[in-house]
Amino acid sequence: MPGTVLTITSGKGGVGKTTATANIAAALAQLGKKVVCVDADIGLRNLDLILGLENRIVYDLVDVVEGRCRLRQAMIRDKRLPNLFLIPAAQTRDKTAISPTDMVHLCDDLRQEFDWILIDSPAGIERGFRNAIAPADQVAVVTNPEVSAVRDADRIIGLIEAEEKGPARLLINRLNPAMVRQGDMLAVEDVLDLLAIDLLGVVPEDDAVVVNANRGTPVALDEKSRAGQAFRNVARRLLGENVPLLPLEDESGLLQRLSRLFGRGD
Amino acid sequence: MGWFDRLTGREKSAQKAKDRLRLVLIHDRADLTPGQLDALKDELIAVISRYIAIEPQSVEIQFSQHGREQFLVANIPLRPPARRRR
Ligand SMILES: Nc1ncnc2c1ncn2[C@@H]1O[C@H](COP(=O)(O)OP(=O)(O)O)[C@@H](O)[C@H]1O
Ligand SMILES: [Mg+2]
Repeated sequence: MPGTVLTITSGKGGVGKTTATANIAAALAQLGKKVVCVDADIGLRNLDLILGLENRIVYDLVDVVEGRCRLRQAMIRDKRLPNLFLIPAAQTRDKTAISPTDMVHLCDDLRQEFDWILIDSPAGIERGFRNAIAPADQVAVVTNPEVSAVRDADRIIGLIEAEEKGPARLLINRLNPAMVRQGDMLAVEDVLDLLAIDLLGVVPEDDAVVVNANRGTPVALDEKSRAGQAFRNVARRLLGENVPLLPLEDESGLLQRLSRLFGRGD
Repeated sequence: MGWFDRLTGREKSAQKAKDRLRLVLIHDRADLTPGQLDALKDELIAVISRYIAIEPQSVEIQFSQHGREQFLVANIPLRPPARRRR
């Protein structure tokens, strides 16, 4: 059976597309799927760094498209997860170095060999977005529970529909449960209400994301991290499992709050 | 709103965000600014008044939503027959 192309995109930059791509890919690979991620953010290469593969790049996406190497030569295999591969972006070129048609042809080849092809899209609504969306079978829109990110998500969801790649599914990243509880951050239901699309997952704000990014290890492999757990849940949902949302706070957090409420401190 | 916020008249910021986003998304999706909507309303009233007597002050034109689909809903009260004669 040919593989599935999942494009991970957003309206606003910096909301967590690259983090999501790396970690959903790692989680899918850990579940035994054969996965390749394609960094389509040409000129702003980052997926290699988040996956800890930056020192092994020889060829990149533009080299493949322009015929300077074979597809196989541009794929970097992850040593921790032998099912996981990366095709890095070119760092010294711009988005016009490849076309939507190039991406469609590339993904047609990749579908023969991989179960999942994850495409890390650049932010925005220009050429880079159209490149990333062209080969997609499924689209995930990443947003944060903040006004500007939600507004820009709505724009991109409309464009995905216009390109007949919808319906997209939503990944809400960097949710801060304490702020939601205080009424100072949009809750999951608020965002879904506003955007009126299906939810793929909710990833909490978590320091472990930065710590793992520092090391170049996917947080999805960190058993203790709640963001990691959330990404593992997303991967299982992609495989068709019905996984309930993580409770916003873990039990110990709740107990701490209760004991504080009763004046016993912690 | 809790009692404290009601006393101080302060709404939670998440609620404020949701209300503001609801409005801005409607206008983004329709690609119509609030000013253009007002102009549309004035023209609509002028056109309809050429055919039928209406109550221009009571005309309501609003967006309504069903999922991601939007509708422009107009509520145009007609002038009661007794008051139609000048
Ligand atoms: N759940 C999270 N918790 C904490 N920090 C996060 C989380 N998700 C992303 N970040 C941080 O946000 C920044 C932007 O993330 P990135 O994945 O590069 O966004 P994008 O690819 O959309 O530009 C990075 O510094 C990343 O470490
Ligand atoms: Mg990125």
